[in-house]
Amino acid sequence: MEPLYFIARIGFYLTTLITIVAALMVVTLRNIFHCALALVLVLLGVAVTYIFLKAEFLAVIQILLYVGAIMTLVIFAIMLTSRIGDQSIPQTNRQSLFSVGLLTLFSLFLVGAVLKAPWKLNPVTLSAHVDTRYLGLSLMKEYVFPFEIISVVLIVALVGAVMLGRSDQ
Amino acid sequence: MSGVPLSYYVVFSGLLFSIGLYGALVRRNVVGILMSIELIINASNINLVAFSRYVSMKPEVGQIFVIFVIVLAASAAAVGLAIVLAIYRNRKTVYTDEMNLLKW
Repeated sequence: MEPLYFIARIGFYLTTLITIVAALMVVTLRNIFHCALALVLVLLGVAVTYIFLKAEFLAVIQILLYVGAIMTLVIFAIMLTSRIGDQSIPQTNRQSLFSVGLLTLFSLFLVGAVLKAPWKLNPVTLSAHVDTRYLGLSLMKEYVFPFEIISVVLIVALVGAVMLGRSDQ
Repeated sequence: MSGVPLSYYVVFSGLLFSIGLYGALVRRNVVGILMSIELIINASNINLVAFSRYVSMKPEVGQIFVIFVIVLAASAAAVGLAIVLAIYRNRKTVYTDEMNLLKW
């Protein structure tokens, strides 16, 4: 089984590399529609990361909800609003260089801190397999109150979006 | 058994978070800012799942939280894009520095 693990690991590193590059494309490309397509790639990469973390249900939810629903919304909003292809409009504000410097420092600090931290790994959760049935049972038993609250939040947000999006004659 | 160490996931999500924060701070297009916020939310989701798999007391807590976060992100995107469309109808712009109605 050793070469199989090796191949899986290479695949994982490739996935994270592609995801990071696509994320950089999301924030730097000029054409906002290309940014949305790069964001689709990032979301797919995150779904693959969920599969590596043995969270298959979340990977499916990620593809269905993010790539299917939210990205459709975003692309519709882009096509309804912006004048794509106008190269003369600057896409970033004046704090660009300052932000790059500060966030590079922050990332270096974060990476250093994470690599130095002694994580206490829990062997019980590491060997547990959380499948869809287990998730559904715990949503219906232990976490039923937040589950109901989130449905109220969802209906309120949908009504609010319809109200905001309605044209006022 | 699990090939990749925990710190790798945390570094990955930290980089994703930094990139998303850069986009949210720097972009002029409001839709671009919303997409950067989606990047930040995804980074936090990876963190939640990774920590719940490696160090938490119960293995399902992080995944339950991620489901809730995805629902909240969907509603945030819906309301945010509705606001963007309403602003575009009234002000004919999607750039943040041209939306200065509340600024004097």
